[in-house]
Amino acid sequence: MMHRPQNDEATTQTPMIAIDNVRKHFTVGNPLMAAMRGSPTVVKAVDGVKFSLKKGESVGLLGESGCGKTTMGRLLLKLEEATEGRILFDGDDLAECRGEDLKRYRTQAQMIFQNPFDALNPRFTIAQSLAEPLNNIGMAKAEQANAIQKAMELVHLPNPEQFLDRFPHQMSGGQLQRVVMARALILEPSFVVADEPVSMLDVSVRAGILNLFREVRENLGLTAIYISHDLALVRYVCERTIVMYLGCIVEDGPTEDIVREPMHPYTKALVAAVPVPHPDQSHETLPIKAGAPDARNPPSGCRLRDRCPHAFARCATEEPKATSVGNRKVHCHLFDQ
Amino acid sequence: MHSDIAGETRAEPGFVGRFLARIHLPLDDPFAVVGLIIYAIFIAMAIFADQLATHDPLEILFTSDYQLAADRRPGQDGFILGTTSLGRDIYSQLIYGSRSALLIGITAAFMVAVIGTVVGLLAGYFRGWIDIVLMRAADIAFGIPFLPFVIVLSAFLEPSIWNVVFAMAMILWRDTGRVIRSQVLTLRTRAYIDAARVAGSSDLKIVFRHIAPNILPLSFLYGTIAIGWAILTEAAISFLGFGDPETISWGYMLQDAYASQALSTGGYYWFVPPGICIVLVVVAGFFISRGYEEILFPKLKE
Repeated sequence: MMHRPQNDEATTQTPMIAIDNVRKHFTVGNPLMAAMRGSPTVVKAVDGVKFSLKKGESVGLLGESGCGKTTMGRLLLKLEEATEGRILFDGDDLAECRGEDLKRYRTQAQMIFQNPFDALNPRFTIAQSLAEPLNNIGMAKAEQANAIQKAMELVHLPNPEQFLDRFPHQMSGGQLQRVVMARALILEPSFVVADEPVSMLDVSVRAGILNLFREVRENLGLTAIYISHDLALVRYVCERTIVMYLGCIVEDGPTEDIVREPMHPYTKALVAAVPVPHPDQSHETLPIKAGAPDARNPPSGCRLRDRCPHAFARCATEEPKATSVGNRKVHCHLFDQ
Repeated sequence: MHSDIAGETRAEPGFVGRFLARIHLPLDDPFAVVGLIIYAIFIAMAIFADQLATHDPLEILFTSDYQLAADRRPGQDGFILGTTSLGRDIYSQLIYGSRSALLIGITAAFMVAVIGTVVGLLAGYFRGWIDIVLMRAADIAFGIPFLPFVIVLSAFLEPSIWNVVFAMAMILWRDTGRVIRSQVLTLRTRAYIDAARVAGSSDLKIVFRHIAPNILPLSFLYGTIAIGWAILTEAAISFLGFGDPETISWGYMLQDAYASQALSTGGYYWFVPPGICIVLVVVAGFFISRGYEEILFPKLKE
């Protein structure tokens, strides 16, 4: 059995996934050269993130590029190891998960990749790609055809037989993303991370993939994390949203509340930045200054303070902690005084 | 030796067919096809040397009137390419020379390609201390001058054509290893490698199923270059007098001709044919590698 650490928080239900103060720091460049130049070499991609997911919950991880949302997803799938902190899956620490335990975890947690053109080996046929996870769990060849057929039906690929012998370059982006989803679902996982699954697709097929994602999630009762930079997509797919900025969570709450009444200045800016599909609509300037700071050298205290219109003295000295406001958690000094 | 290889080819056509499909022989490039044809001719020559040669290459020959058949011109007394100043048949030496040339070339190329590929795959995929150790070893190999190293090695060990193979296996994997490592470094960032890991594939499976097939043409490219290098090196070593006098090679023929002052006696028939053979085999290797270049880096054509 896996090492099962004591859960300090007395919760009524053990969360499916508990992320406890996780940090992931990357070393960039040559440390010697950087020391001579005096520039920092560590990028804090994820810096003290804490949240938990109940079984069956779907959460949108929202933020601009470089805010650490993809790294967070990779940490959850053990594609990266956390520098600090713990990730608990069903109460088991992922850092301790090796060998047979890791094999079992691979059947339970899956990922839908951003770029379907790159997520399938170009030398493998669709059938070979779909069979790979089945081979890894040692499923007999005879049963595999059945499992592949079922997964293809699940993602609504009509007449699956016609695709099985094709290579990825012979298919369209929308079809490929369905294959990528089929491969993620073929082992019947309980937890799925979707990393911007529609950002590489034509607008015309996006809705189809999003609807499919929603449908599959509801029918299979999946716990899901949907990573995106697009508030509109997250709103469409997830009932809860976590907004990240420079490796930290800034706001965490029900998606509808966040969209209707954003509290954190950064979330306000994100909501205001959503284009309104009307040509005559006048556009207010964003309530935030342009330009994210260097991720290697974020500001002290609150990371948003050099862009925030409300910044005051305390923001420079003290990192804001999570403050509960109603059913939301906001990391901002405006709310914790 | 060569008939063994031919026997295997007939015994397992399925495996050979799969291997040929994997290495992507560059058949659309005319130069590469010429190179492949040259190789095919020399391989045939090596396999059928016993049938093709008219004499024992090391036998000292005499004419029917019991005279030493030395310095015969091509065609004279039935010697196709004439004889050496010791009365040995040049044509037969040339035919048998292809055996040692190909033996050295192919084994050296095999060693270089295999060692380089394994080093590149391990260093590029696993990174960390494996990468550091292997790449520092490559740095050391890069610091050793190749030809002097072979000469020193040949001087210490017994004269043998395997010295060259041994030296190449010890030194020349460095280029292959470096290039393949860099290729692996770009391949391992592809999403389908992450996807394979999430699907539960082990590191070994990822390396051999997802990464190795993509770099196989590259290792074959370095293998073809190594064939030429090995033959050139063996020729140079033999020419300098560190070769094995018991084994006929083209380099040995050149050395023999040089030592017997064939140039001053006008014995072109003696040193020109082995020279041409060396040039042909080496050039054929580069023609084939040119074809691979176009498969691997299609944008270079423009």
